[in-house]
Amino acid sequence: MLWEALPSALDLARFQFAFVVVFHFLFPAFTIGIASYLAVLEGLWLWTKRDVYLDVFRYWLTIFAIVFAMGVVSGVVMSYQFGTNWSAFSDKAGPVIGPLMGYEVLTAFFLEAGFLGIMLFGLERVGRALHFAATLLVAVGTAISAFWILSVNSWMQTPAGHSIAPDGRFMPEDWFAIIFNPSFPYRFVHTVTAAYLTTAFIVGAVGAWHVLHERRARDRDGSGVTPGHKIANPQARVMLSMAMWMAAVVAPLQILIGDAHGLNTLEHQPQKVAAMEGHWERQRGAPLILFGLPDMEAEETRLAISIPYLSGLILTHSLDGETPGLRDFPREARPTNVPLVFWAFRVMVGLGTLMALTGLVSLWLRLRGRLYDTGWFQRAAIAMGPSGLVAVTAGWITTEAGRQPWTVYGLLRTADSVSPLAAPAVATSLAAFVVVYFLVFGAGIWYLFRLFSRTPGPFEQGPPKGEPIRTGGILPGPAMDPAAMQAGRPSSSGDGPHAPSGGGPHAPSGGGPHAAPGGGPHAPQPAE
Amino acid sequence: MPIETWLPFVWAVIIALAVFFYVCMDGFDLGLGILFPFIREKPERDVMVNSVAPVWDGNETWLVMGGGGLLAVFPLAYAIILPALYAPMIGMLLALIFRGVSFEMRFKADNAAQQRWWDRAFSWGSYGAAICQGLALGAIVQGITVTGRAYGGGWWDWLTPFTLFTAFSLTVGYALLGACWLVWKTEGALEHRARDLARALGALMLVLIALLSLSMPFLQPAFRARWFDFPLILLALPVPVLMALLAWRFFRALRETEAREALAAADPTGRVFRWRDGTAFACVLGWFFLCYTGLGISLWPNIVPPSVSIWDAAAPPASQLFVLVGAAVLLPVILAYTAYTYWIFRGKVRQGEGYH
Repeated sequence: MLWEALPSALDLARFQFAFVVVFHFLFPAFTIGIASYLAVLEGLWLWTKRDVYLDVFRYWLTIFAIVFAMGVVSGVVMSYQFGTNWSAFSDKAGPVIGPLMGYEVLTAFFLEAGFLGIMLFGLERVGRALHFAATLLVAVGTAISAFWILSVNSWMQTPAGHSIAPDGRFMPEDWFAIIFNPSFPYRFVHTVTAAYLTTAFIVGAVGAWHVLHERRARDRDGSGVTPGHKIANPQARVMLSMAMWMAAVVAPLQILIGDAHGLNTLEHQPQKVAAMEGHWERQRGAPLILFGLPDMEAEETRLAISIPYLSGLILTHSLDGETPGLRDFPREARPTNVPLVFWAFRVMVGLGTLMALTGLVSLWLRLRGRLYDTGWFQRAAIAMGPSGLVAVTAGWITTEAGRQPWTVYGLLRTADSVSPLAAPAVATSLAAFVVVYFLVFGAGIWYLFRLFSRTPGPFEQGPPKGEPIRTGGILPGPAMDPAAMQAGRPSSSGDGPHAPSGGGPHAPSGGGPHAAPGGGPHAPQPAE
Repeated sequence: MPIETWLPFVWAVIIALAVFFYVCMDGFDLGLGILFPFIREKPERDVMVNSVAPVWDGNETWLVMGGGGLLAVFPLAYAIILPALYAPMIGMLLALIFRGVSFEMRFKADNAAQQRWWDRAFSWGSYGAAICQGLALGAIVQGITVTGRAYGGGWWDWLTPFTLFTAFSLTVGYALLGACWLVWKTEGALEHRARDLARALGALMLVLIALLSLSMPFLQPAFRARWFDFPLILLALPVPVLMALLAWRFFRALRETEAREALAAADPTGRVFRWRDGTAFACVLGWFFLCYTGLGISLWPNIVPPSVSIWDAAAPPASQLFVLVGAAVLLPVILAYTAYTYWIFRGKVRQGEGYH
């Protein structure tokens, strides 16, 4: 029978969870950062009155809407995955983790969903202050969501504050200890910072691409030049500049945060750290293995290229500190896939280092006034665009594969957590998930690239005449701002200070371009 | 009353309400997708999608609330029902993916061919989600086999003539909600079409509800005992009466929208408000509420019929209390800002206008 060639239902369920959660997390990793970025942009626009911030806000709002939608639909899958494929885990751990997820829905999901509509369409309906409040609430919602779900994950890594009933269920005893379990503060800060960096590098890559693209056009035929500006596109410049500030300040900080998180893992999950390091023997002054092939049969890391003492120094902050090895632990308590943990960790650290390096180089170029004129650096920034997404994924693989063979670390084995499902059922659903995700999210990502390729600029073009004004799904495209279209903002003044009364598209006065049919964009629509 | 007795009851009410909110709110979103094959012109489809674009995400969140709430408060029910309904659940999630992303993608399409495919994804996704939810509903009502603390039945138990019937009924019900939503939120040719559809679907729905009500007592002996034992039958008697009243009001409300539409067309100032166009929609919500309550009474006190009660499935009181504190504070707030969002985007959606 064909079915007999299948992996076990357990392995299929594990692979299914890994697949749907990795795919899902790509979207929140982006939206957590971009929601905050949008809030900062709108705040800067309201504060400085410079329209360039509103232009950049609208550019990324369109992208945010698509990424958010993909995050929502793939997230609904996650909230049912625990029950469909891990029902034994849900039954036993539900009393502890269920309430945390319940709070995630109550405090975050509804908040995001409730104000997303206003954020996307409401700028002309509710006025600026309320719209800014909606943007802030969506950003806060993403952070609250991260808070609860990372608390759940951290509790599974470092369980605390519970007792175990005779029937094997985890019973909550101390909610504060459960929520703020030992690894939670580190994981929360590390993950949210990673989300910010992910967004920074995507925004930076898009900005760099357009800066580079326009400069090459200018060098070629002098097109796109605005008198008085070194660079034709102030919007792209704002993107690149803000992203590189993030990279310069936050990427080095993330290395320190990661170090603290690693020390916490060493304290609570020494097996995981041993696997990350590829160390099999407990030793003093352990070397840092840069590359090697961990061999689980031979219990050694072959072909290791290492730097003496460095691992011990990083993990214990002293030259002769003692670090654990995998042989300290019985085989059934070691991570089940040591090479995966080892390599995923290296990918994450390597990319993190490159991100910090990119930030520092940007600082140096900025000081010399050459941030927007250095082609090789812009190409590097473009190449680094997906680095955050890859690093975040590698980091999650490190910590999750490193938690194996447990779902609740040290207490509940993965093998005892799975639903009583037959392999064919899990294989079929896995295949369906793979096909649908690649189809739907592949198309979504393709449209995202199309959106990235739009040249950022002031929102004045509008749609070709004769088309309906309104074309966006839940997207407030440029075409959806009739006031801006009618205002006919001069194309060369995008970077200039916004004239407070000169009929800019969002000037508070009701006259000028606002005397549009229907009473102006800020007037409430009459009830039907 | 000891805390172990009343807490699961309170939570059963909250989760039942969350599921009801989901059925009502995502019901009309899904209904629009179900109506897509009957309304084929692009501008009208754009209006349909725009009429729910700002709110669909919040509507779908009630589904996460239902699932998340079940895991938090009745983990055993969550752990039994989801494996029991494995195929319909996975099918529903995949269908909701197609439906959800199509909101965005159909407006991002480069050409008519791409747009057609996203329209299909929207429509087929809506059909898939409605059918899978209907199958799940039927499978829960007809009963789930439990062994120990886990699902003990076969992998195709959810597929029976009864579940196919509930799947068809729920799909019709969602389509009806969608049609009534369009009567409320649109005007002109689309409103006309929606009204015709609402009349036909409303009549069909009443027949389906009658058939479903008549079949219930034969499904499980416990249902028969519940409804035909003496004291309860007194409670049950007003239900058909209320149903008939709402049905009468529904068809009258549809006729009234025609009259108001004529008035509005004749009024050059455009000041004829059409708030009451939502009456038919409200009547259908009333039908849903009556059916849902009847179902609740039939199943009570089981959360996994016929053997697991809400007390068997409940998490320890510490878990239930912890979330209850938050829910008591936050659910009213959530309902308030959800209502506020609907208020902001109130009124008729016009072609080529939408929200900005």
